[in-house]
Amino acid sequence: MKQKLLGSHLLLTLLSIVIGFLVGAILLLIIGISPGVAYAKLFTSVFSEFKYIIYSMIYASPLIFTGLSVAFSFKTGVFNIGAEGQFVVGSLAALAVGIFVDLPAILHVPLCLIAAALAGAAWSAVVGFLKVKRGINEVLSYIMFNWIAFYFSNYVVNLQAVHKEGGGEASKDILESARLTAPKFLTDMCPYANWGFLLAVACAVLVWYTITKTTLGYQLRAVGHSRTAAEYGGISSNRIFLISMSISGALAGLGGAVQLMGMSGRLSQFAGQEGFGFQGITVALIAGSHPVGCILSGLFYGAMKYGGTKLSLVNVPNEVVNIIMGTIIFFIAIAHVFRKLFQRKQKGGAAA
Amino acid sequence: MSHMDPNTVVIQMKDIVKKFGDFTANDHIQLTIHQGEVHAILGENGAGKSTLMNILYGMYPPTSGTIEVKGKEVHIDNPQKAIELGIGMVHQHFMLVQPFTVTENIVLGMEPMNGLSVNLKEAREKIRALSERYNLMVDPDAKIEDISVGMQQRVEILKVLYRGAEFLILDEPTASLTPQEIGELMEIITHLTADGKSVILITHKLKEIKMAADNCTVIRRGKYIDTVKVGDKSEDDLAGMMVGREVNFRVEKKAQTPTDTVLEVKDLHAKDYRGAEILKGLSLSVRRGEIVGLAGVDGNGQSELVAILTGLGKAVSGDVVLNGETVTNLPPGVLFEKGITNIPEDRQKHGLVMPFSVSENLILQNFAKAPFAKHGILQQKAIKDHAGKLIEDFDIRPAGCEQRPAGTLSGGNQQKVIIAREVTNDGDLLIAFNPTRGLDVGAIEFVHKYIVEQRNKMRAILLVSFELDEIMSLSDRIDVIFDGKIVGEVKGEGADEYVLGKMMAGGAA
Repeated sequence: MKQKLLGSHLLLTLLSIVIGFLVGAILLLIIGISPGVAYAKLFTSVFSEFKYIIYSMIYASPLIFTGLSVAFSFKTGVFNIGAEGQFVVGSLAALAVGIFVDLPAILHVPLCLIAAALAGAAWSAVVGFLKVKRGINEVLSYIMFNWIAFYFSNYVVNLQAVHKEGGGEASKDILESARLTAPKFLTDMCPYANWGFLLAVACAVLVWYTITKTTLGYQLRAVGHSRTAAEYGGISSNRIFLISMSISGALAGLGGAVQLMGMSGRLSQFAGQEGFGFQGITVALIAGSHPVGCILSGLFYGAMKYGGTKLSLVNVPNEVVNIIMGTIIFFIAIAHVFRKLFQRKQKGGAAA
Repeated sequence: MSHMDPNTVVIQMKDIVKKFGDFTANDHIQLTIHQGEVHAILGENGAGKSTLMNILYGMYPPTSGTIEVKGKEVHIDNPQKAIELGIGMVHQHFMLVQPFTVTENIVLGMEPMNGLSVNLKEAREKIRALSERYNLMVDPDAKIEDISVGMQQRVEILKVLYRGAEFLILDEPTASLTPQEIGELMEIITHLTADGKSVILITHKLKEIKMAADNCTVIRRGKYIDTVKVGDKSEDDLAGMMVGREVNFRVEKKAQTPTDTVLEVKDLHAKDYRGAEILKGLSLSVRRGEIVGLAGVDGNGQSELVAILTGLGKAVSGDVVLNGETVTNLPPGVLFEKGITNIPEDRQKHGLVMPFSVSENLILQNFAKAPFAKHGILQQKAIKDHAGKLIEDFDIRPAGCEQRPAGTLSGGNQQKVIIAREVTNDGDLLIAFNPTRGLDVGAIEFVHKYIVEQRNKMRAILLVSFELDEIMSLSDRIDVIFDGKIVGEVKGEGADEYVLGKMMAGGAA
């Protein structure tokens, strides 16, 4: 039974991905671009050299974190649309520790990561608190908190103590001891190579273990499936919501830290939200909220993002990637709706 | 009055087969209805009664088989067609608009128009005439929200008659009625058949079949068993046909003297979800080794009382005392630790996490304790072994269902999972709320046996049920709840159904 469901989700997902590419191809044809050329470029951009694959993994790392964040909250029935904001405060916390604390790397890196996780957790916990104490729908407060985080980040970047000396719209670089840089043979191949991907995989496994094997996971799933039955069984759903939302925030915060410490090294002033958190929703949906699935779907999204950056070389607009991803999500979502409807119909029929 | 001949066949369903995928809900069912008869369709839950009636009412087509109405073969594609043929259905759950009047509800969907405005005058007169003719005593101008459940059911019957029904299907019509209301319904049925109407009664209650039906068709697991004259068969015969084996209805209970008081509820006040006062100073007590039955019609505060006793609801004032200790308004987990266990009213909402496996459900309150968890890590083997043992002890089917989601089990087996859990939880007090709702005869027997066994083990049992028969056959003492208060108490042995019924309706004992 479980195997069958798992299989059917996988099948639906793969089908949605195919449809996504088909819809993208049709749109490309309409604007007079050969889908063959565009998709060939997309493919070779990712697979033709080993270092491109490394790049895809670099792009994937923060997405796996935000994907895990969203997937984790889904288990308890919470929609963490605020991963974006938690990602931002996570990177801010890592930035602060990365610039102002001077420690050997062996201590500095973990400290930055812990700071980011705590910041993301706290940011999300505030929303959780509003939810359980005041009954405020978390989706609304999450979205508002995304904007608060966004403007706060731009404010911090422009503070005198943080701002890069000598102009530019960015912060200072974090200290070398706070970077997640990979060993030399990898950075020789691609200068941005970092440990972020391995951290993401480790977190995914940890999340999977927590959800399936621990008493905490039992409570998370119980509340997610049936709040009423969980409470009947003596589980405090409010407490579980707070825990789940905090952990979810911590994962998104870690994603922000990994992006900063592995890739950018500094924070820039942004004109709009970067979207790592929102893309995490896509990653979680494609993965069917399975933590290990998030690694694969994160890799897929990362590769698409990376490949998309090179499409302009063949005069194809980068946005094609967004259209494809959007279509995939659309079809995965309606597939769920259809399956629900179908199940209800079957159930209704058999019960009669 | 129409011409009436009890030998005239009015509806004939022949060799009806209905398949849903691989599942055969109806397997060559035969049904013959005569003019002016009450024909009962008897079967356990899931036997295929409702499927058969839905086919007759045009809800879905049969896979094969034919339907004849008054000797002519018909294809009933939709309920509209069924209504045109004179078939009317009164559903178990009423479909009435609460703030509308009786007349407005009855004409709903076929309002007589006078230009652009609705002309209710004529309809009202017609409804009044119908109501008088069948002795329904329904006021056409009353609002639904102001009338009793029994009265609402008559409105549903009127609705069907107003549309010209000659054949009435009543789906579990007594489910939410008091004994008095049931008696009145039976009288109404007599009026209908005297006028030449035929009534099809879907039920699993044998007593009502004996009371009202002329003939009875028995269905078991989708298969046609037989059609018999009700007068020729005893209740036990019918039960045997329905279940396929001999059934023991009488609950064996040894005499036993209750000891110290386990639960004491004192002057409890509470509000319902709308903020209206629903418990108005309720007091009761349960002692070790006795079953106290709480009899009453749905909606008199039973749900709120049980919610407070299990920690899911809050009392406004009053006390809940457990073994001498005040435990009012403590959270569910704490009350459980202090010894309150509960077979909840709604097994799908409270009793089980439906997507969880049977094993996971069996540790719902104990998941964090040894041997099921060590240092916060679930011990899969211990959990599975525990489930395996209970599945065997309580005969939960299908055998070896440890890893199956609870939602895929049948209702009776879901209930067995809950009972297995709550019985082994072994608290001082067991609250059973409608423990056999929706279960078939075999499962009911099982549940009752375990409840009595718990009593014999000197646990205190509070049985809350809307089924008066259940209360009467299990309880040592019966409290009657009406309008948020206990309005009377009688001994379980030799309790009089009609005395209880009167108290349940708010009358003096």
